[in-house]
Amino acid sequence: MTTKRRDFLKIAGASALTLLAPSLFGPAWAEDAIVIPPGRASGPTPALSARRWAMAIDASRCKEGCTDCITACHAVHNVPDFSNPKDEVKWIWNEPFSSVFPAEDHPHQGKAIQNLRIPVLCNHCDNPPCVRVCPTGATFSRPDGIVMMDYHRCIGCRLCMAACPYGARSMNFRNPRPFIAKINPDFPTRAKGVVEKCNFCEERLAKGMIPACVLACKEKAIVFGDMEDPRSEIRLLMETRFSLRRRAHLGTAPQIYYIL
Amino acid sequence: MLEKALHGRRGYWIWIACLILVAAVGFFFYLRQLDYGLGITGMSRDVSWGLYIAQFTFLVGVAASAVMLVLPYYLHDYKAFGKITVLGEFLAVAAVVMCILFVFVDLGRPARVLNVLLHPQPASILFWDMVVLSGYLLINIVTGWVILSCTKKEIPPPSWVKPIIYLSIPWAISIHTVTAFIYAGLPGRSFWLTAIMAPRFLASAFASGPALLILVCLILRRWGGFDAGEKAIQALAKIVAYALAVSLFFVGVELFTAFYSGIPEHEAQFIYLFAGLHGHSGLVGWMWAFAVLAAGALAALLIPGLRKQEKWLAPACVAVFASLWIEKGLGLVIPGFIPSPLEAMTEYHPTGPEIAITLGVWAVGFLILTAFYKIFTAVRGAASMPAGPTAGGR
Repeated sequence: MTTKRRDFLKIAGASALTLLAPSLFGPAWAEDAIVIPPGRASGPTPALSARRWAMAIDASRCKEGCTDCITACHAVHNVPDFSNPKDEVKWIWNEPFSSVFPAEDHPHQGKAIQNLRIPVLCNHCDNPPCVRVCPTGATFSRPDGIVMMDYHRCIGCRLCMAACPYGARSMNFRNPRPFIAKINPDFPTRAKGVVEKCNFCEERLAKGMIPACVLACKEKAIVFGDMEDPRSEIRLLMETRFSLRRRAHLGTAPQIYYIL
Repeated sequence: MLEKALHGRRGYWIWIACLILVAAVGFFFYLRQLDYGLGITGMSRDVSWGLYIAQFTFLVGVAASAVMLVLPYYLHDYKAFGKITVLGEFLAVAAVVMCILFVFVDLGRPARVLNVLLHPQPASILFWDMVVLSGYLLINIVTGWVILSCTKKEIPPPSWVKPIIYLSIPWAISIHTVTAFIYAGLPGRSFWLTAIMAPRFLASAFASGPALLILVCLILRRWGGFDAGEKAIQALAKIVAYALAVSLFFVGVELFTAFYSGIPEHEAQFIYLFAGLHGHSGLVGWMWAFAVLAAGALAALLIPGLRKQEKWLAPACVAVFASLWIEKGLGLVIPGFIPSPLEAMTEYHPTGPEIAITLGVWAVGFLILTAFYKIFTAVRGAASMPAGPTAGGR
């Protein structure tokens, strides 16, 4: 009896969300300029929720030299710019095809593929090794699939960095605050000695806003949505397009799907 | 008994003063690291572990020294080791203290270290490593201290200490196994993703720990007024020889699997180690030094005529220790990160402050070791009774 009622509520909630989603996603994409809405929304916007958040990236749409998604993400999340690869902190960045999909690369790959710059970020794995190895629970999975960091619990042992097969994690080898161009007061800065990474913009989802990188992309190369919802845009995309995931053979069940 | 560490000749105090100086320099640079962050080291986003974790990994092996004495003596009644089991236990104590210090200085937020206890995560191997290492430390402090106290009082050790000694044998296996699992359980690092990681740790541990013990015995015989006995030293040398042989065999097995299968992601790190990859060859010199030292030491230890002469045995043991310090240290930790998951070739070079902190931790370890061995030789010189509770089964 109780189970049935709970199931009913789940289905009702999920259906309500699918009705709501287009109205929330639509206007945001229609904007021309890259405007990252401030944290304080004008009206009370309901939080975006999902059973399983996932992202699809159509890297073939990426324009050469474009860094809009990177700039937007790093500005919103107070990601410092150390300008050296040793201390570097990054949440989303781009890499050539041969680095992102080494197993799929071969010497006769066409120029179009070779020249791609593919955005990479945390894969928010369904079976995340970083969560498994963390000795304090500072890295954890949310029920909606987001792999999160508690910056106040992290002891900086960096076992998660060794465990991540995607190189998605960064350590604050130095105090990052002097290296943040303009501090966004709506998101915390980090202290030296903790690890950080992409959080799928959970702070924006909670305020009813889609992730900053999705919003910033003028080419609409990034689609974000509920993979468990058969009517979501990302699921429809999976129905029609061939997609790849990075190092999926490792069993981590990564949730960034690449369409090339 | 502790006061016995405070009486010594001039040479003893000069040695102690040197160690304190090195430890103080290390502490000074550790304060700088606390202030600046781990960016003061050569570690980077791509190579996120370095010298500290390499020392930790190697020293877990040295801590195995105790079991190679305790097992033959207590389980097989091998009497020659009776006088020196305490030496092995104290060496284990010093090694485990160094291990814990190396993990500590590697933490980005050391003030939060108790989070490991406040929020225990049974799924994390690091949590279990903390459990087994602290347990092993406690076991060896208790057994070493109790047996030495009883030797001093010329009474047989209490019966309750024997079960703890038996427990120390599987416990020693556990510290290597769990430490190896930290590496072997990570899906994306193919260099570490090998089922023989734990056996490799054990084999090299049974070579490096006893090799250091032999050197200690030779030093104590010459300058410490304590003779472990030629039989004990030769038995240890045989243990080192076979453990080293198994250890090298395991390295060979890894090389075969990587290169005969021809899987690029398994070959890459070995190519980087021994030949250099894409123009990066930071560890090539070190790895060939390992190969030459280990092969030379193995020859010297296997040939009885050479092994029995101190002038061959001592350098062979130094070579074993040095070669495994390379192989189980930087040679194990660094290639796990090179190439990076995104195929980047980022090399690692430890910085001056990082080396100073590393030497400081070693100095603390040797201070503990020196104090313990000073107490040991003082007690041993005074008492003439054979050590240890009488051996049990055979």
